[in-house]
Amino acid sequence: MSRASNRATIAALMARARNELLRVPGAAIPGVLAPTIFFLGLNGVFGSLVQLRGFNTDSYLTFLLPVSMLQGAGFTGAATGVNLARDIEQGWFDRLMASPAPRWVLLAGMAFSASARALIPAALVLIVALALGASFPGVLALLIAAVLVMGMAGVAAFWGMTLALRYRSQSAAPLMQAGMFLLVLLTPAYAPLALLQGWLHDVASLNPVTKVIDAMRQGFVGDVSWSDTWPALLAIAALLAVLGAAALRGMNRFNARA
Amino acid sequence: MRNDLRVVRALGVRSVKQTFRRPQLMAPIIMFPTLLLAVQTGGAAAALNLPGFPPVDSFLQFMLAGAMMQAVLLAGNSGGIALAVDIEMGFTDRLFAAPISRYAIVLGRLMGTAVLGAVAGLWFFLIGLVFGAPVADGLPGALLSLFLVVLTSMVMGGIGASIALRTGKASIVQGLFPFVFVILFLSSAFFPQELMVEPAKTIAQVNPLSFIAEGVRRPIIGGESAGDVAAALAAIGGIGLVAFWLSRSALRHRLRTGG
Repeated sequence: MSRASNRATIAALMARARNELLRVPGAAIPGVLAPTIFFLGLNGVFGSLVQLRGFNTDSYLTFLLPVSMLQGAGFTGAATGVNLARDIEQGWFDRLMASPAPRWVLLAGMAFSASARALIPAALVLIVALALGASFPGVLALLIAAVLVMGMAGVAAFWGMTLALRYRSQSAAPLMQAGMFLLVLLTPAYAPLALLQGWLHDVASLNPVTKVIDAMRQGFVGDVSWSDTWPALLAIAALLAVLGAAALRGMNRFNARA
Repeated sequence: MRNDLRVVRALGVRSVKQTFRRPQLMAPIIMFPTLLLAVQTGGAAAALNLPGFPPVDSFLQFMLAGAMMQAVLLAGNSGGIALAVDIEMGFTDRLFAAPISRYAIVLGRLMGTAVLGAVAGLWFFLIGLVFGAPVADGLPGALLSLFLVVLTSMVMGGIGASIALRTGKASIVQGLFPFVFVILFLSSAFFPQELMVEPAKTIAQVNPLSFIAEGVRRPIIGGESAGDVAAALAAIGGIGLVAFWLSRSALRHRLRTGG
């Protein structure tokens, strides 16, 4: 397979995901709306936390917004895993595996489609937050946020696909969603690291997604700096490498068992 | 009457078994509220330092009622999805053709949801005990809270069942999943009403779920509970009446039109 045909395969898989979105929009609505609902709900419930010492902003909307954008990426990536499980159940994936396309190209096509789709819930929650008074972070910060959201959706997609290839059933959907839910929320999502209690403080300190949250908050809270950006890019790259390898291994095993 | 009770029991047992056999139905009821409880307890526990936060032993003790409310709302939604799947697969039509009360069919599903509500309630009491947040009013308080949780799961199941009977589509009932969180966040289930931010604060003041959450919470955190429990029972009764009316109307519509 040449590079051109690999690119064509990836583009075809992305087009398929786009068609699915356009032809069955109802199926995507919960995933698109959920981060915004969580965002509005959490702000209404925990908004007064900014009165505590240790918050470096007086707007909980602004503090929470980057987390909700990442949550949307997590949900979108997990949905890619659920869709793959459905394709396996319905036999469509067997036909894909019978094609001469390299396995990594098939995975990349699905992960790229998740990355592109993740911009929809992120844009929605951003528009809602700005309309409600969240501070505009600037173009550079938004570009960094978009890159990180797309990267996080890729991570979530690899996680979901690994589970889909392992369990071959949509029943694994809660596991796909819960994994991403935990990865994003076991961070300083609700409050700065110094205000987190006990075990969550320790876990958040070790969680690589904490670096991603910190980088996402640039511009929204504080200034943009390279020293806050590169650790997030490194964390995303490491997660993509580890989970991408796991998904590729799952696909090779799927092939062997089939 | 005796026959109807047997039907209710059989369908209730089937409903519970169905949920335990399908992880996708069980996970939202136990797993998600537990994860959210863990994250919120660690992430927002500093809220105890806010002026006006009610006196509690720990933030976990305060949050237990919220986790239970989330679990019963999701149990109601899952019950609705399962009933809609039964309708899609034709199982409900076979029950309608049998010489049994139509209401017993719905009540059977609600009994299953009530059992799941009880399981969820006990699970969160256990979490409280293990992680140092016991029920302040002891066993009687725990039983009182559990009673309210079970009643709430039944009426929420009634709402889910009415939507399933009206639409007959699992995808539509499943699509209501995010709205469970809307109702939940616009109540005092997770935070004291006085400390919430507008407009959530004002909405929470009239949201019946706030009254139920306060009624469930009061025996857990301690203090005079009669007023809160009475308000919770009134709210449950109100939602129950709405659920009954909606279910009866949807059932009649389905029997009249066949879909």
